[in-house]
Amino acid sequence: MAEPSQLSQYIESFVDSSRSPTQQAASLEAIASLLKNNQLTIETLVREMEGYLTTVDNIIRARGILLLGEVLVRLATKPLDDATIRSLIGFFTDRLADWRALRGALVGCLALMRRKSSGGMVSGSDAKAVAESYLQNLQVQSLGQYERKLSFELMECLLERYPNAVASLGDTLIYGICESVDGEKDPHCLMLTFHIIEVLSRLFPDPSDALAGFAHELFEILGCYFPIHFTHQKDEDMTIKRDDLARALMLAFSSTPLFEPYAIPLLLEKLSSSLPSAKLDSLRYLTDCTMKYGADRMAKHIEAIWSSLKEAIFTSLDSVLLFTPESLEGSDLPKNEIAAEALSLLQKHIVQNTKLFLDLIVGDEDISMIFNTISYYKNYHEIPLERKQRLNAVGRVFFTTAKASQVSCNRVFECFFSQLMDILGLSARNSSGQPYFDESILISKRCNHGALYLSIEILSACRDMIASSETILAATSHTEETWKHLLQSFSPALTMGFCSAFICSSEGTHDAATYIGVKGLLILATFPGGYSLISKTVFEKILVTFVSIINEEYSKRLSWKLALKALVEIGSFIERYHESEKESSYMDIVVEKILSLAFVGDFGIPFPLRLEALSDIGTSGRSYMLKVVQGLEEAIYANLYEVYVHGSTNSAEIVTHLLKCYSDKVIPWIRCEKGFEEVLLQFAINIWNQIESSMHFNASQTNKKGVLDVMMKAMKLAVANCSEEKQNIIVQKSYNILSSSISFPLEELLLQERFQIAQEVDNSSSRDEWVLSLFAAVTIAVHPQTHIPNTRSIVSLFMTTLLKGNVVAAQALGSMVNKLDLKSTSGQTSSDCTLEEAMDIILNLSLWIFDKNSSSSIQSKMISVHDTALNDLSNGVGSCTSLQIHAILGLAWIGKGLLMRGHEKVNDITMIFLQCLQSSGRAGISHQEKSISENNYKLDLHNSVMKTAADAFQILIGDCEQCLNREFHAIIRPLYKQRFFSAIMPVLQSLVMKLEPLSRSFLFRASAHVIIDTPLIVVLSDTKKIIPMLLDGLSALSNDVVDKEVLYGLLLVMSGILMDKNGQEAVSDSAHTVVNCLVDLTRYPHMTLVRETAVQCLIAISGLSHARIYPMRTQVLQAVIKALDDPKRAVRREAVRCRQAWASIASRSLHF
Amino acid sequence: MVSGLINANPIVYEKKERRVRNEAAVPDEYAVEPIDQLEIFDILDPEHPYSLEELKVITEDAIEVDNERSYVRVTFTPTVEHCSMATVIGLCLRVKLMRSLPSRYKMDIRVAPGTHATEAAVNKQLNDKERVAAALENPNLLDMVDECLAPSYA
Repeated sequence: MAEPSQLSQYIESFVDSSRSPTQQAASLEAIASLLKNNQLTIETLVREMEGYLTTVDNIIRARGILLLGEVLVRLATKPLDDATIRSLIGFFTDRLADWRALRGALVGCLALMRRKSSGGMVSGSDAKAVAESYLQNLQVQSLGQYERKLSFELMECLLERYPNAVASLGDTLIYGICESVDGEKDPHCLMLTFHIIEVLSRLFPDPSDALAGFAHELFEILGCYFPIHFTHQKDEDMTIKRDDLARALMLAFSSTPLFEPYAIPLLLEKLSSSLPSAKLDSLRYLTDCTMKYGADRMAKHIEAIWSSLKEAIFTSLDSVLLFTPESLEGSDLPKNEIAAEALSLLQKHIVQNTKLFLDLIVGDEDISMIFNTISYYKNYHEIPLERKQRLNAVGRVFFTTAKASQVSCNRVFECFFSQLMDILGLSARNSSGQPYFDESILISKRCNHGALYLSIEILSACRDMIASSETILAATSHTEETWKHLLQSFSPALTMGFCSAFICSSEGTHDAATYIGVKGLLILATFPGGYSLISKTVFEKILVTFVSIINEEYSKRLSWKLALKALVEIGSFIERYHESEKESSYMDIVVEKILSLAFVGDFGIPFPLRLEALSDIGTSGRSYMLKVVQGLEEAIYANLYEVYVHGSTNSAEIVTHLLKCYSDKVIPWIRCEKGFEEVLLQFAINIWNQIESSMHFNASQTNKKGVLDVMMKAMKLAVANCSEEKQNIIVQKSYNILSSSISFPLEELLLQERFQIAQEVDNSSSRDEWVLSLFAAVTIAVHPQTHIPNTRSIVSLFMTTLLKGNVVAAQALGSMVNKLDLKSTSGQTSSDCTLEEAMDIILNLSLWIFDKNSSSSIQSKMISVHDTALNDLSNGVGSCTSLQIHAILGLAWIGKGLLMRGHEKVNDITMIFLQCLQSSGRAGISHQEKSISENNYKLDLHNSVMKTAADAFQILIGDCEQCLNREFHAIIRPLYKQRFFSAIMPVLQSLVMKLEPLSRSFLFRASAHVIIDTPLIVVLSDTKKIIPMLLDGLSALSNDVVDKEVLYGLLLVMSGILMDKNGQEAVSDSAHTVVNCLVDLTRYPHMTLVRETAVQCLIAISGLSHARIYPMRTQVLQAVIKALDDPKRAVRREAVRCRQAWASIASRSLHF
Repeated sequence: MVSGLINANPIVYEKKERRVRNEAAVPDEYAVEPIDQLEIFDILDPEHPYSLEELKVITEDAIEVDNERSYVRVTFTPTVEHCSMATVIGLCLRVKLMRSLPSRYKMDIRVAPGTHATEAAVNKQLNDKERVAAALENPNLLDMVDECLAPSYA
């Protein structure tokens, strides 16, 4: 038991209003925890508090009761015995009359009413007593906002938890609620009142009940809130939004059918309002009410509803139909929200009151007027704009109506479809079963665009209705439906109608005609249910029409595109609904024909278009894709053969297109679909087989390069999308071919001295190069787990090849290094190697090229074995330089591989680059070197080598599409760029300090690459240190035209810094130098973008602190005035803004 | 100052479709793009509500420009004949051009013949260098001009 004195202290500190809120809260928690831990009983507490609860001092009494209430809130889960609850609820019920201490009473009642049954609940009779006291004593609207909210919560709780107890109060309850909610304005309270009314209506479902008498009164209270007009500021009340209120009110509106006589007229009136949000709300409320009130009650309003709806649809829909390929399918919902809501409401009504509503639609004058219009104007473009809108609206109405149910579909077909057929001149003959003839005469009549458009809407609705019904079989079971009969008898004629829309269009070239024709045919072709609705002849005729457009009308872009899109849609429809009958027709007519396009040489259609058609058709379904891929591959092999054997230029061009199509369209599609891996595997294997079988290569140099490039790309993508086992197969296959065909056997390679390279340069044939490049492509794309045989020899092979200048070999080596195992595994043979070993091979070879003197063992070996070769290398400047360049490029790719996986050997490689960069300054030559051979060797490299070394940093850190990325399964360590940046920049900076000014430019170039390719956010964190390098880089790079892209990249980093707030602070110290540099760049003659960006940077600088930039104003203004006369408009435009920005901080005298 | 607006309810004309420059497919880095009518018009009237164009104060055709000889002439039309703001409009146009064109340009701002009550006086005032300079020395006038031009730099 707690000390009584302590308890009274707690109570005292809560009740005392002079204490701080935190103290009060703390003592409340203390008391609650005492009770929870059974250190105190409620009875003791009440006794202790007796004085506070009954005192005549209003404030202290209020605090006391509130304390008791709040304590009960915190004891919601603690079991209490019935007697305690009973006496407590009795007390609080009583206290509801005490308006001065009301808050505590409300809190207490609420806490008790909300108790779960597990811990003891308030009994029904007590709840009724609470309700009675509530109704008798509370004047809710005269209370403050918080008390109002509590009272409403209490009422909500009563209604929801004790419905039977309070329902017996009948009229008194309803009257009391009406009184308490009337005139409420606070959004939180409104949410509650709306809900109270909703629950109340549920309480009295019977129309003969007490509620009936009050329905009008209740609705008057509710009705004035509609439409919700919410003026609260955004930040004021984040918790409640307009939509929440609107929704709550909607539920209240639709809560009882008794509101119907009042609600529907109000909603219809507001529907005609000009406020879009009111319109939208009315439509939503109407939809909800329609569903809840039921058909009988809605029936009397149907006419009014139809006319309002018609008005809303007619005015809200777009007047312009789109005739683009994108809108051909899937544009079922209008973009306009009002129209969409209106149409969905229309559909609800048609389902609910089919007969009545259909009578209204059929008898509607506006609709019959539209029929007059369409028979008057033949051409869509002749129809005036507002008539077009009407036409569109009627189309949507027909669509919605016909889609709603079978019955409504029948009715629409009966009344409107036959009318349309009359207008099109198709009806008389066909219903009697005679064949349609006299095409030429009827063409003009059939071309009625309006009628065709409306028929399309009806047909597509009918199609969607069938598709949405349970099974396809359901469609066949309704053999007797009118729509079915009409559809079957008219479909052949309609097909002719749509086809003739095409023919007309060839004369007038109207988008509308083409679009309508295609869309109509598409819809006819995509009726589900096999050939039961649309006969086989009709379906095939449609396909033939489309295919002939593809074949012949390629000069008309739109109709060609539309036809292709339609064919794709039909294909995916067949796939979706498993229409096996149609599939065979489609395969025969469409896929075969289109496939032949890949082969026939002189068809007239441009080749890219053919491939577009081919790949699009393929994407419509798996079986078609298989077929298409087969065809495509056959074409590729056939043409490759031509290229290999005869060196045909024409075939080379074709095969380039084919391979591009394969890698751009087919492979991405296969990647998304499952189970096509086999196809890719076969493709790769077949390519290798073909190379294996053709021993004599006649491909000429000119066309070879292009073909090889696209082939490598396709090979890379194909391999990358295979699983590891499949990759192993491909790698094995290609390795076999490589080892059997490459001129020097792999096993001997290791034994051979490496220094023959220079002589080997032109030894290999073009076929070897081809094989090697393709093998490199395979290596680039494999998973890290895929096994590459004989790694050691392959590394050496690639190493020698890259020294000949083969970049792909370098990339492949980089990828290998990136993916090699760090540790040797158990199943390894002697020919495999770990990353360490591979790196040893690589570094030994490369060190020899640059740093040969530092490694005396290699040197001695080299001198003893290949003296002449050495002399060639080090003395013959030309070959040596190019060898060094190739070596640097190769090392850059290898370094990239290492860098991305975060291996520390990358440091060795960057050190080589850095040594190259500082070579001519001689500062970087090692002591060892000086001591050994002062005369023989100086690291005096050619400028182009140094430039390559600088550019190697771009390869190291830049992103690459060809290799070493996620797609090709590279191992990428997170934040590797960041690490590299922070490791290399200090080194570069210290080197810059060491070197003479003249030889620094390559260092700047290297650091420029690093800065450009590092994420901006990283650069920003280090701006202060970077800025000097960046500025020096900018001025160094501005000397040569060829560097303009790098310069621009660096300038973009600069502007990125200037746009950032932290960056600006960092820059402001060196503002003067930055401005100097930028002013120079505003005159950079070789690139407009550089000048433009420089001027923009100057604008950004004008936002720095006034004291910093004021001294520069004259200089900047002079530069900008020159920029006003820039040859390029974009620069002048920026200069105007820049001048204004700087002039306004300058003194008046500079301001004219 | 005059109380109330001089022309409280001006006629707002429909905008003409802006001429679209046909850019060369492959941009030539070194080609010169001379200053032309459209560029001057864009300087004077960037899009904002009730722009000068919509009020037909200036149109593209009312601008003559000769880049070779560094000369530009702008003819503007006040909305009403007795518009007291004509000189201010003219001054704003002049200041905007002064700040936006290279200094080699000579500019000539005129009221369209027959559209203003004191046409000659306005023209004289606008093209007198001394008077323009003096006007811009006046802080009140300069603030007014700056205020007028502020949105055009957005």
